[in-house]
Amino acid sequence: MPIAERTPVLERTQPRPTPRASTRRRAGSTINRRTHPMWFLAPAFAILLVFFFLPTLFNFVYAFTDWSGFKASINPTGFDNFTQLASDGTLVRAVRITLVYAVLVAVFQNLFGFALAVLLERDNPLNRVARIFFLVPVLMSALAVGYIFQALLKPEGSLNGLIGAILGRTFDYAWLGDTTWSIVVVALIHSWKWMGLSMLIYLAGLKTIPEDILEASRIDGASRWRTFWVIKSPLLAPAVTFNVATALLGSMNGFDIVQATTGGGPARTTEILNIFIYRTFGQGLFAQATAMSLVLFLLVAFMAFPVIRTLRKREEIL
Amino acid sequence: MSDSRIWTRLQPVLATLLVLGTIGIPLWLVLVTAAKSQGEALNPDLSLPTRWQLLENLRQVWVDGEVPAAFFGSLLVVVPAVAGVLTFGSMAAWILARRATRLNAVLYALGISGIVLPPAVVTVVLLLRQLGLAGSAVGMIGVYMGIYMSTVIFFVTGFVRTIPTSLEEAAQIDGAGPFTVFRRVVLPMLRPVLATATILICLYVWNDVFYAFFVIGGRIDTLPLNLFRVASAGLYLNNWHLIFAYVVLMSLPLVIVLAVAQRKIISGITSGAVK
Repeated sequence: MPIAERTPVLERTQPRPTPRASTRRRAGSTINRRTHPMWFLAPAFAILLVFFFLPTLFNFVYAFTDWSGFKASINPTGFDNFTQLASDGTLVRAVRITLVYAVLVAVFQNLFGFALAVLLERDNPLNRVARIFFLVPVLMSALAVGYIFQALLKPEGSLNGLIGAILGRTFDYAWLGDTTWSIVVVALIHSWKWMGLSMLIYLAGLKTIPEDILEASRIDGASRWRTFWVIKSPLLAPAVTFNVATALLGSMNGFDIVQATTGGGPARTTEILNIFIYRTFGQGLFAQATAMSLVLFLLVAFMAFPVIRTLRKREEIL
Repeated sequence: MSDSRIWTRLQPVLATLLVLGTIGIPLWLVLVTAAKSQGEALNPDLSLPTRWQLLENLRQVWVDGEVPAAFFGSLLVVVPAVAGVLTFGSMAAWILARRATRLNAVLYALGISGIVLPPAVVTVVLLLRQLGLAGSAVGMIGVYMGIYMSTVIFFVTGFVRTIPTSLEEAAQIDGAGPFTVFRRVVLPMLRPVLATATILICLYVWNDVFYAFFVIGGRIDTLPLNLFRVASAGLYLNNWHLIFAYVVLMSLPLVIVLAVAQRKIISGITSGAVK
């Protein structure tokens, strides 16, 4: 299957560049087939084909079979996996939870990152040290972050202890055991882990704003508040695009933090798509896991087209 | 800038409190719990341990959690995957940036699609089984390279377009072949962007559990996989002191790297995102 898939692609693609490349060479360009040979592309695209595109293609095939860990044969079953997932409400619920989680993370992570960047904008020793501290969670394993917060947020854990000390009475809210609010808490934990990265990107964005524009606004008598909203924030647009896009896509692909804090619970209210895929795969229901994997793929692809266009536009300016 | 006086007074206090509250408390919890006895750590809190036994706990995790094996397992996968994806990715990116044909535009769009599209984790297992690579380090390395190739192609192609072709041309006139030009002229100039990509990809691959679960789960130990096993195994249930001792052991190398090379890391991460 892999080899049969690979050859036609190569045959189709190779004849095309030759005429165009040769006309370019005649036009006097020093960039041509000899100095920049197409085979330099081969290793990268071979790896992409085998380990990325082929599995994706398989997704579209095996989502419509009865592939499982319980029997050797694999037979086509049409849309059975999807109708089954849709009929018991799993499909809609998992998609809804994933989207809610992604949007919450994108909002929180950017709010925190932006606030930190504004707070720590000045270059002085204290701020530099503070920035490094906010980078520690970015480097840490997401699984470790999950366990830390699981311990911190237990009903008898330290956070409730602190709140209880302030309130002067015992406080034992189960932060990770609430069917309505736990998804928000987990999204906050995810944002806590990554806010340092957003902060760095916003800081870099703030640094690119030319000093003379700020000077001009100051001469015109604009207050700090007004300078911030009218001059600085519009010029941060590229940083916002990048941060929102990475936060959205990163959280839609999320797994570790949810697994380490709630494991999808309580009552599967934080079961994002990747948790579902991991769980059903572990049960040997490979076709169902594949079907959900295809749903995730389509969901991200659908949301990503605007994103990839923006990225490419930015890249062209560069 | 003309900051108001209240702000200049308030900002250091606010920054310090925020660091202590949001980063200090969780890290403190890890440290004191990792230094407690099992009985004391049963319900982890912020109090100091009655007797510090951090080193004993670290030693126990080192042996029981098979840290050396997991560390080498992680290295065995991370090093070839990162080296491979950077080498092959920049080779491809060089051509894609320099030869602006319509075919290359299509290939570039395909090449960077993996930045956003999620990898097919379930079917990749089936494919690896068919290729005879299931559960092997080679299979895992290939999967990581496939996932992060797009990131490298995106970053490096953008960077190559900003560097002039004159140096390459000079080398070509001196009779250097494409491979020599790439290795001696292009690759050294890519150093800043490759540093950024290395930091980001190392971070993702070193900490990954999700893809490792599917591809090598149980057959090769890596640090995050072992942490998961330590934390979920019935044997370790409620052994918070061991879980956090493992977290300390696992995070220590990264924190040391951050402390030593913070300036490089910060400029590396930011230069990739905002040009």
